[in-house]
Amino acid sequence: MTGLRYVYAICHPFGTPLQAQLTGVAGDPPRLLHHHGLVAVVSHVPERDFAEGPLRSRLEDLDWLTATARAHQGVIDALTVVTTPLPLRLGTVFWDDSGVRVMIEEREEVFRRTLERLHGRVEWGVKVYAESEPADGDRSGAGPGDGLPAEKAVSGRDYLRQRRMRMRTNENMWQQAEAFAGRLHETLSAFAEDSRLHAPQNATLSGASGRNLLNAAYLVPREESEEFVELVDRTKDDVPGMRVELTGPWAAYSFAGEE
Amino acid sequence: MTMPSRVPEPYGHGSGANLADILERVLDKGIVIAGDIRINLLDIELLTIKLRLIVASVDKAKEMGIDWWEDDPALSTRARRSELARENAELRERLARIERLEPARTEEERESS
Repeated sequence: MTGLRYVYAICHPFGTPLQAQLTGVAGDPPRLLHHHGLVAVVSHVPERDFAEGPLRSRLEDLDWLTATARAHQGVIDALTVVTTPLPLRLGTVFWDDSGVRVMIEEREEVFRRTLERLHGRVEWGVKVYAESEPADGDRSGAGPGDGLPAEKAVSGRDYLRQRRMRMRTNENMWQQAEAFAGRLHETLSAFAEDSRLHAPQNATLSGASGRNLLNAAYLVPREESEEFVELVDRTKDDVPGMRVELTGPWAAYSFAGEE
Repeated sequence: MTMPSRVPEPYGHGSGANLADILERVLDKGIVIAGDIRINLLDIELLTIKLRLIVASVDKAKEMGIDWWEDDPALSTRARRSELARENAELRERLARIERLEPARTEEERESS
């Protein structure tokens, strides 16, 4: 069989078979490569897309990247259902199976240690958005809670007064929003085993409305996940104008790196 | 070997997952291993940086007050702001007139006294 080997994840051996119809990157079903008591989850990918040169240009193609990233995530997702995978970054490719075996041998110790640390744990993503962009100083008819109708100013002084009040309202709103995000992160990280703060996502890329104030990942044992989800749910309606988004369970991507 | 215990139903991912969330994890997190055809780790980082730059530059531009695209009816649904801007300009002009009538209240006057 020709083609390169694409590696999705390293796992401990597991007994449950993967879904039969699961396809990976480039449409090839993932298979298990056992070596030194560890399992690499691999599939075949064509050289025309995944050799170094082509991959470089392929990565610039957002449609291709999207499909590939979703396929990669699809396999990791399926693994998360049956075991605790150690997810690799997109685009980890070897010439053949023996290359994968050498890689396992070289990193055996790290893999075992990390798998041990992550065993039975999943990652939850929590994001907090401030729903309404506060109005900038020049715009009348500001956000909710503003309390000011967009009345026409009758004099210059009125105009300044209104403008000052709007700015103060905005400042207060941001302070409240940040305080809420901070409290939530404190509560959740106290519950979770570990947490990571990621850079806030920009709406241009995520397409989400509102401004992203908190973008965090929490490492939670599977059996405590339900409790964690409830904890997030309970805080959802605490502050008006705030939106809390939960994603997961993910493989422990954010905690897979070296410490 | 070990069967996982129950995991709640997936939230917000699966087929409908936000692409930004997936890219954030698949490109950016996870363990880094150089493949034996000297793949792409750098390239991926570069790409991520590039995406971020594109994205960040939108913010940066706004910070510097460059937000013409928001007033362009072809690019934004918020073009009605132009009307508000006009109204504001009117108000500013009016304010300036009032300040000229009350010279004692303007900065320059206070400084020179």
